[in-house]
Amino acid sequence: MARISLKVNGRSRVVDTDPSTPLLYVLRDDLGLNGPKFGCGLSQCGCCTVMLEGNAVRSCSIAVSNAQNRNITTLEGLGSVARPHRLQKAFIEEQAAQCGYCMNGMIMNAKALLDKNPHPTEAEIRRALDGILCRCGSHLRVIRAIQRAAV
Amino acid sequence: MKRRQVSRRGFLKSTGGLVVSFSFSAPISQLLAQSPDLPAVEPEATQLDSWLAVAQDGSVTVFTSKVELGTGIETALAQIVADELDVPFQKIQMDWGDTAKSVDQGMTVASRTLERAGPQLRQAAAAARQQLLKLAAAKLEASAEQLTVRDGVVSVAGNQAKKVSYGDLIGGKRFNLKIIATGEGWDMKVAPEARAKDPKEYKIVGTSVPRIDLPPKFTGEYTYIQDVRIPGMLHGRVVRPAVVNSKPSSIDESSIRHLAGVVKVVQQENFVGVVAETEWAAIQAARALKVTWSPPAEKLPANKDELDAYLKTTKSVIDMNPVKKGNVDEALSSASRTFQATYRWPFQLHGMLGPSCAVADVRADRATVWTGTQAPFMTRDKLATLLGLPKKNVRVIHKEAAGCYGRLEPDDVPEDAALMSRAVGRPVRVQWMREDEHGWSPKGPPHLISVRAGVDSQGKVIVWDYLDRSFPWTDARGVLLASRQVGLKPTDPGFPNGATSAGEVYQFANQKIAAQNLPWQTAGPIPLRTCNLRSPGQPARCFASEGFMDELASALGVDAVEFRLRYLGENKRLREVLVAAAQKAGWKERPSPAPSSAGPKLAGRGIAITDRAGAMVAAVAEVEVDKPTGKIAVKRITIAHDCGRIVNPDGVKNQIDGNVIQGVSRTLLEEVQFDATSVKSLDWKSYPIISFQNIPSIEIVLINRPEMEALGAGEPSIVPVPAAIANAVFDATGVRFREVPLTPERVLSALKSGPALNQRARS
Repeated sequence: MARISLKVNGRSRVVDTDPSTPLLYVLRDDLGLNGPKFGCGLSQCGCCTVMLEGNAVRSCSIAVSNAQNRNITTLEGLGSVARPHRLQKAFIEEQAAQCGYCMNGMIMNAKALLDKNPHPTEAEIRRALDGILCRCGSHLRVIRAIQRAAV
Repeated sequence: MKRRQVSRRGFLKSTGGLVVSFSFSAPISQLLAQSPDLPAVEPEATQLDSWLAVAQDGSVTVFTSKVELGTGIETALAQIVADELDVPFQKIQMDWGDTAKSVDQGMTVASRTLERAGPQLRQAAAAARQQLLKLAAAKLEASAEQLTVRDGVVSVAGNQAKKVSYGDLIGGKRFNLKIIATGEGWDMKVAPEARAKDPKEYKIVGTSVPRIDLPPKFTGEYTYIQDVRIPGMLHGRVVRPAVVNSKPSSIDESSIRHLAGVVKVVQQENFVGVVAETEWAAIQAARALKVTWSPPAEKLPANKDELDAYLKTTKSVIDMNPVKKGNVDEALSSASRTFQATYRWPFQLHGMLGPSCAVADVRADRATVWTGTQAPFMTRDKLATLLGLPKKNVRVIHKEAAGCYGRLEPDDVPEDAALMSRAVGRPVRVQWMREDEHGWSPKGPPHLISVRAGVDSQGKVIVWDYLDRSFPWTDARGVLLASRQVGLKPTDPGFPNGATSAGEVYQFANQKIAAQNLPWQTAGPIPLRTCNLRSPGQPARCFASEGFMDELASALGVDAVEFRLRYLGENKRLREVLVAAAQKAGWKERPSPAPSSAGPKLAGRGIAITDRAGAMVAAVAEVEVDKPTGKIAVKRITIAHDCGRIVNPDGVKNQIDGNVIQGVSRTLLEEVQFDATSVKSLDWKSYPIISFQNIPSIEIVLINRPEMEALGAGEPSIVPVPAAIANAVFDATGVRFREVPLTPERVLSALKSGPALNQRARS
């Protein structure tokens, strides 16, 4: 066990945990941030995506010790139902989910894309999100939501 | 879009034992802390208060055992109740899936919740409205006929000053009204004596009300089952054998002694799990625990060929013969030309994106379990058996899981959590890992389907003989994984895998449709256990029946749409979707295959239809086949869809998108790999599913039938997708594919062997 300092959604947090713990479990279980989801633990599905220093990363496969003192943004850091981020607002307007379990990965990866490329083409959106899996088949609405947020 | 903050907790507590409820906006810890309190009385179907409650502010809580699976059912059912009661949609709050608070309305399966639970809740609402009008008439000193209701306020027609709100009439109090309820589960008739509105008066039903559940799903504020945490909770992981039905002959606990935070290795008969203080400790311990498993007692078919042989030769245990008309054998021998073909469908996965998860709090005399089950009452009953508790002492509370498509009818994980919680005397959350879900979840069964047909000298089809050989659902309603590991035995071969979408929509003078389910139940659990997978059996049977119709049309040189219309008889709704889809897709009348074209890309179109439990769907697929690589690009799918009265058009479109995309994925990519002892598809690399770059565009024609009851839209439109795609590939290439998935390897090898493959079907 070790005390680890994290910067999550603009706040400093200290957790006492096994430093090899994947960041995902610390965010969810120690900090109560339910945005990032467990999907595979293998970096294959994207459910657990968070932003680390502005880059979309798979939090299931990063030891918490490697995230120490680096800026972490989770889905909660973007906005809330009361004050949604424009991406979240666009997803609501497009009703872009079914079960919604993949939405953390969709929105966080869309955020990373739009930060670097504010006006992506449809092909660029498809390429950027190709590694984010959705089993319900909400892909077309997700694309429309990202296009809506990008305008 | 703030979540409604109607706090009904105080009210409900004050009503003394009606129900224990809570505000959805309450912190989850607060919400869950009070849950283990069982109510004094189980809800009775014949008591109106069991179905809904009106609060002082006029908000209405609806209690239902139907659960949200990500299809938007919460919103659609709320629309129905809001319309019937004349209250604003925002005033409806759905409280679902809690066995202590709802009447058993049956499982949330088969895409039939709107069809069955919709009328149940509508009638309960109609009974409530009638009673409220009666109370208002007394209060306002007017006759019920003089009263009108708007937004939950009753007023006297012509004298708007005389009015009273629902909240003032009954808010916080019980109706104490007996209603009639007959039958059980989803066949239950609720309050048939209440007069419901004329559908022409609907204002909310039929509109695209935004889904209640979506905003918090986009912000991390929604509570999925994976997000449930209760005080004192520990973390469990299952340790399952890699192979079938083996026993832990020894467990070396020293193998995990180096790990901090491990609480207990739980073993009961063949069940093994580990419980730890943290998720990470539990994961590490489950991986590191050295278990020596006995050699497996049984063998699976070692490969696809062995499975195929088993499907071909084994005597069935369940026989279905829904259509038997004329004399098939005589007609075949008298036919001018006969045709036959064999179609194959592999084991496929539901592929829940979030693996199974549950939290159990098992005490000496009772248990509370939170889980994503599609069948809260069935899960409760199974847990009661496993734990040896009376059913009334087990409470199951549904929390939404990842989309599950039938997989959580047999919800395994609450049993794992219950065994571990009982062993450690504390609440335990069990999260299956990805390999647990891929490896041990029940699979959609394989099919081997043979079809024969004959035509007379005028080219008219006079005989259809269709035989589906498949497996029953060993685990849909049977004894589940952990129960079997501790020694409970299945008592039947499983639930029949259905027999429809087999060509029964066509009128042929001689017609036989049969389905045989072969024995697949084993003494102990196997990783190729089976259960219902989205519109179970029908995508496979439709792949064969609509593929074969396409073969006949092509052999007879007739356009595929025209050919189907010839045999559809009086089925007006099905004819309409067929024509509507063809028109929307710009279908050009000509026989298949398309005239051959030069160049590396071959384009084609195909069509398929289904009457799926009364919902009518036609699908047109447009594909492009890349000759050098064998890769199929599905460019566009057009769906015409008639599910009766449409409750929420955008919701239906959303479901159609999902059905189409999952259907494309299952047609092009999906097949469970296995060997004699284990499943080899244990992650998304070994069981790939569709991703963004391969998603087709989707066009939808919705046909609304306001005069009909609403039918579900969660499943019907996946049914014709595989056949439409394979028919389009034939149109493009002249090669008939009778087995999914249509992988590039399979396509390339068939393209090389040329149209010979197609000829095999001919007489």
